[in-house]
Amino acid sequence: MMRADLKLIHAWIPEGARVLDLGCGEGTLLAALARDKGVTGYGLEIDPEGITACVAKGVNVIEQNLDEGLANFDDNACDLVVMTQALQALRRPDLMLDEMLRVAGECIITFPNFAYWRHRAYLGFKGYMPVSRSLPHAWYDTPNIHLSTFNDFERLCRDKGLSIVDRAVGIGDHEGHWTSRWWPNLFGEIAIFRVARRP
Amino acid sequence: MPEFPRDSVGLVTPETAHFADPLALACGRTLPAYDLVYETYGTLNAERSNAILICHALSGHHHAAGFHAADDRKPGWWDAHIGPGKSIDTDRFFVVSVNNLGGCHGSTGPTSVNPETGRQWGPDFPIMTVLDWVHSQARLADRLGIERFAAVIGGSLGGMQVLQWTLSYPERIAHAVVIAATPKLSAQNIAFNEVARQAIRSDPDFHDGWYADHDTAPRRGLKLARMVGHITYLSEDAMGSKFGRDLRTTDLNFGFDVEFQVESYLRYQGDTFSTSFDANTYLLMTKALDYFDPAGAHDGELSRALAPAACPFLVVSFTTDWRFPPSRSKELVNALIRADKSVSYVNIDSTHGHDAFLMPEPRYQAVFAAFMNRVAGDLGLEGHS
Repeated sequence: MMRADLKLIHAWIPEGARVLDLGCGEGTLLAALARDKGVTGYGLEIDPEGITACVAKGVNVIEQNLDEGLANFDDNACDLVVMTQALQALRRPDLMLDEMLRVAGECIITFPNFAYWRHRAYLGFKGYMPVSRSLPHAWYDTPNIHLSTFNDFERLCRDKGLSIVDRAVGIGDHEGHWTSRWWPNLFGEIAIFRVARRP
Repeated sequence: MPEFPRDSVGLVTPETAHFADPLALACGRTLPAYDLVYETYGTLNAERSNAILICHALSGHHHAAGFHAADDRKPGWWDAHIGPGKSIDTDRFFVVSVNNLGGCHGSTGPTSVNPETGRQWGPDFPIMTVLDWVHSQARLADRLGIERFAAVIGGSLGGMQVLQWTLSYPERIAHAVVIAATPKLSAQNIAFNEVARQAIRSDPDFHDGWYADHDTAPRRGLKLARMVGHITYLSEDAMGSKFGRDLRTTDLNFGFDVEFQVESYLRYQGDTFSTSFDANTYLLMTKALDYFDPAGAHDGELSRALAPAACPFLVVSFTTDWRFPPSRSKELVNALIRADKSVSYVNIDSTHGHDAFLMPEPRYQAVFAAFMNRVAGDLGLEGHS
């Protein structure tokens, strides 16, 4: 069973694309894309179990820390760079966005929306840092050092002069709830952006 | 029947293949005829699609797994990874392990008799290259009826042979596993090799390589060569935790006899090696290492040199390896990416330095086994899970 954000990305990626998946986990997305759409490419991962799972699936996986950049990938080496649920754990998400759009003309990014109403309620009413399905860690051991909101990310794209090709938010694993229409910053638990360099 | 561990290939017997067709070598000379000594483990399937070639490192040989006799103290050099249920699972694969030309364990080399002169080849044996070895291994594959290897696998100098296989015989290799290797030696690597060579060549018993004619051998030189080599195989941490500054006796004796445990260990390693290995072979093997540089013919552009490669690669390095550190494996990986090849790369946490490729490290075993399972799956072999 593929995670809901992965399903949406799967639908967005064209046949035969060359894809780089940053923080590819167990290679679920790349394996499905290779099988269904003839997509090729590489995943980057640092988790040993994830890497072994990729190797077992026949997914090309490179042990590489995203905070060290993508210098080993040439300009326009790929058609698309994907990064799911890793942005918030990077040291410099803004620089990574530049790197992603150097390696490919387009990228797809998903991250937990900190402005999701449940997170707001948790902080607003309980007075504690939110802990939820999409943010399961305590404040002291979380890998998520750069939490942001749907609006924050949109503003970053605007400041960088990037074009937002598509955007949506989702609620947990409910595929049917992907929406970009009503108050995404409030009702979206997971934000998903498809961003391109300006032509 | 002698008792061997359940995951051992058990008793194995080396075989010899004689080749009467001359082999043209990179140095411009030709070997008129030669023998290759090899071992096999497991069974070749009817489709001949499950064969694995193991390439050995500097001081290695064909005896990679199992035992030659019931009372052998140690199994083959890569027994940790070859056997029933191990990473290279002999219940599923047919494994071929060959002693390279120029070696001193049965394949034609400096200690063999030169048919033209009737005396040992000695220093007159042609300098071998990784490319020459790969050609000779391909001929052995022909002899065994293996059109295409399911995988060619090797560590260190063995990994260089794997890389050469993907370039010279892309249609004959379905998967490549390159472990603790490098696409070319660094100046420091060559420097260490040169120290080793000078240690051998300056031994009064070397006799310009004709020591066999004098019924002697440059054992002191070979011992020194091995000692310096051995230092580069271990990590500082491994040496530190194994020996620290431990003394053999309780007090310093203010002399030059063995005092520290690490001295004793190195001398022992050197002594053992110097009585079991041929000095001319050691010289040849270090030259093969120095010369290897597939990018050399492509203006140093490794990614261009890799153009012929067509199979998926698994590249493995070890964190404390300073002989061929992870950065050298990454160099290969990045060139493979640039050349748009299928590759996976893992950097295994280990304290064992370069020698880690020989050891059973849980993560190393897990990822190696996962890749080999994928090899079996790709080729539709029985026992694929």
